[in-house]
Amino acid sequence: MRTAARLLVPLMLLFSVFLLLRGHNETGGGFIGGLVAGISFALYAIAYGTAASRAALRTTPQQLMAVGLGIAVVSALLPLLGGGALLEGLWVKWQGIKLGSPVLFDVGVYLLVIGVTLVVIYELEEHNPRLFPDVSLG
Amino acid sequence: MGLLFVVFSGFLLALVAPWLTPHTGRAAGWLYGLLPASITGVLASFLGRIAAGGTVQQSYAWVPGLNVNLSFYLDGLSLLFALLISGIGTLIFVYAGGYLRGHHHLGRFFCYLSMFMAAMLGLVLADNLITFYIFFELTSFASFVLIGFNHDEAPSRRAAWQALLVTKAGGLALLVGFILMQQATGTFQISALLESGDLLREHRFYLPIVLLLLAGAFTKSAQFPFYFWLPNAMEAPTPVSAYLHSATMVKAGIYVLARFHPVLSGTDLWMWLVGGIGAATMALSAWLALQYTDMKAILAYTTIMALGLLTMLLGLGTEAAVEAALVYVLVHAFYKAALFMVAGAVDHGVHERDITRLGGLGARMPLTAVAAGIAALSMAGIPPFFGFVAKEIAYKAALQFDPAALAVAGVSVLANVALVATAGLLILRPFLGGQNEVTEAAHRPAAGLWFGPVVLAVLSVGLGLAPWLLDHALLGPSASAVLGTAVEPHLALWHGLTPELGLSGLTVAAGVATYLSWTALHTSAPFQQFERWLGTGLDHGYDHVVDGLLAVGRWQTRLLQNGVLRRYLSTVLVATIGLVAGAFYHYGFFGGPIAVGEVTAYEWILSLLAAGGAVGTLFFRERISLITSLGVSGFSIALLFLTFGAPDLAKTQFLIETLTVILVVLILTGVSQVEGSLTPAQKVTNGAVAVGTGAVVSGLVLAVLKLPFENPMGEYYAQKTYVEGEGRNIVNTILVDFRALDTLGEITVLLAAGFGIYALLRLGTAPDPNAENDPPPEDASPQSEPIESSAPEQTPQQVS
Repeated sequence: MRTAARLLVPLMLLFSVFLLLRGHNETGGGFIGGLVAGISFALYAIAYGTAASRAALRTTPQQLMAVGLGIAVVSALLPLLGGGALLEGLWVKWQGIKLGSPVLFDVGVYLLVIGVTLVVIYELEEHNPRLFPDVSLG
Repeated sequence: MGLLFVVFSGFLLALVAPWLTPHTGRAAGWLYGLLPASITGVLASFLGRIAAGGTVQQSYAWVPGLNVNLSFYLDGLSLLFALLISGIGTLIFVYAGGYLRGHHHLGRFFCYLSMFMAAMLGLVLADNLITFYIFFELTSFASFVLIGFNHDEAPSRRAAWQALLVTKAGGLALLVGFILMQQATGTFQISALLESGDLLREHRFYLPIVLLLLAGAFTKSAQFPFYFWLPNAMEAPTPVSAYLHSATMVKAGIYVLARFHPVLSGTDLWMWLVGGIGAATMALSAWLALQYTDMKAILAYTTIMALGLLTMLLGLGTEAAVEAALVYVLVHAFYKAALFMVAGAVDHGVHERDITRLGGLGARMPLTAVAAGIAALSMAGIPPFFGFVAKEIAYKAALQFDPAALAVAGVSVLANVALVATAGLLILRPFLGGQNEVTEAAHRPAAGLWFGPVVLAVLSVGLGLAPWLLDHALLGPSASAVLGTAVEPHLALWHGLTPELGLSGLTVAAGVATYLSWTALHTSAPFQQFERWLGTGLDHGYDHVVDGLLAVGRWQTRLLQNGVLRRYLSTVLVATIGLVAGAFYHYGFFGGPIAVGEVTAYEWILSLLAAGGAVGTLFFRERISLITSLGVSGFSIALLFLTFGAPDLAKTQFLIETLTVILVVLILTGVSQVEGSLTPAQKVTNGAVAVGTGAVVSGLVLAVLKLPFENPMGEYYAQKTYVEGEGRNIVNTILVDFRALDTLGEITVLLAAGFGIYALLRLGTAPDPNAENDPPPEDASPQSEPIESSAPEQTPQQVS
């Protein structure tokens, strides 16, 4: 279990970012990416306990939720500064790489979905600590 | 620009006042007073144009799609009210600076006060019904925070709530009335509405419009039987009472009556309802005022009396009555603001407002006493003060009122007799006579405390001696606006020996007699009974209504939010079945052949797997088998999505299934394995709900197939996705670009749900302090809820 988690978690996280970034052109997107990332931390919690998973997250799920929504709102308001409409897409193109406010918006969705997934899983798990072992990373 | 400054500068001051006030020292009131003073100046600059018969209109698009504009309209009526609001506002700002000097929340106070002033100015200047309504509600909100300013005291909180609930209820009625008005006339624009009086009076919505508007006006302006909130609102700091109850808040209802007078008056309904309620309010409250000894309570009831008089005059609707009403608006603002400020100055000086315990203050605070005397004489309608002018035309209007001259005149005299006696109580008791141990401690009030009353006293004398100054400048234009036809009024102090003068003499004589017998009167049993019924009685009635509302709320919360998740689910599902089946029945989707394309073998297999998984849940008893069975169903559906070219959907479904398994395991492991068994009746009900839900959802999907398959949206997105959305994945571009507002809303809900779950799980670990909210005990179902039954003694780990 732990061996699998050790291998899978980084891969899943990488995959989630991949899903997030390719989402605009291929299947994927912030929501799916966020779910994958959330599940990867859940897997880590199953293997090592929630305390370790929380430590690996380095922040609280609540903060992720808030920051995610904040980013989404900022990306929504950003076009207003340039006199555009709310949520209008702004794009910067540079050497074939396109960056735009919808991508930023998707990043917000991604973080928020991770946060919501984990806040529920952590809280539920900590109500029933007998399910997962609670061991430190040592 | 002018009107924008008038309305919005107050809101700007409200924004900066909390930060600015700590640096202003003792001069806060004088400094902030400059704003209303300059607003008064701007408004005064329009006087010439309005007097010449012109109007000013300024409009800014706000919600153009709904024809809601931020538009302002200045005519005689709105100018009169706006000048009062900003003019009296100037004095109140100065006064509040003195009254609340050193208060640790002075900045907050000025924030609320300027917000209130701005809302009032927006209200009287609004030219759009929706704008009008929004400012109307803003005044209710601002008065709520002002009345509840001393929020650490329970009576203040109750009074603030009461004022809010009563005026908001009226505000909602007003909104509905406005919408009906728009439906009847096709416009939200007030200045355009004013032209369509005949249309409205003939319209079938006329009765509801009048009743709804009156509900708004009567609650706001404290008419019978809603006036109980106004005396309670005396819990507010005195500057607030002086402002709200002289020139502003309570006058908003009067403004509604006056504003829509040209289009709604002129019918018997209007005349008898508005006139009757006004007359009843006036007479009752004038005599109720004599039952109190607290200066502010007395003033509160005389305020209600004045509002009743104004309402009655607007109900009569004759030229003389309207002119009397408008003059009395000014008169009342001058004397009432002055008297409130005086009451506050007395309170400030000796910490006592009971007239039976005060005496001899005239020597201690001579300027205040003189100002109070003038204001009270104006209130009593004694010549040569301004109040006399107003009372004479009010009497004239009463005597000219054709259908019931004697009744109206009689009620007016009755109310004014009490007012004369009240005026005596308010000045003779506190300021004359010998000093006592309470009043000996009095000190000379600061300049800010007597400045306002003195200015208002000068106005009361000046306009009493030269009332014709108002004829052309303010009264003519405003009376024309209320009547809908141009009039040229002529005010005078001396009209010769008229019947009105005779009534005035009678009033004063009877008033003096009442004053002299006051001590016996207000302690007599009938009068105390009168107060118990119509004073505190109405207040208790309000409590009963609120208690009743809360009881209904508790009852329906227990019915719908009983805490049993299965019942919520059943309610939602049964409602869905009912609505969808109803729609099917209505639109006739039942029956008829349905074209189904070729079904491949793996589609059959996946469908059967999905169905089998669902059916399996009926037979498995072990939790882990149940979860697995559900998972089979979910993953099969995800695979089906994949085969039909919806990879995004399929991926999401896979992930959600995975998460669901984790969550269900987490929840179920916390529950004891005791399964319990359902009664046969429960099984039948559950089965019916399940089968019904499946049937309507299947029906819905099939019904979609029966519709002609045109897909303009799909084409649109397919074309625009790359060009405008800069992406090739249509699903995702829709999510984050084309329909990003929806997504924003959804993730906000998600965040709220996340915090909600967090809070619920956290709450579950602590003993519930509010046991009343628990589900009713009779719900002893065999299956206990997962969260409730999880072992509470296991302490969760804290978030690091």
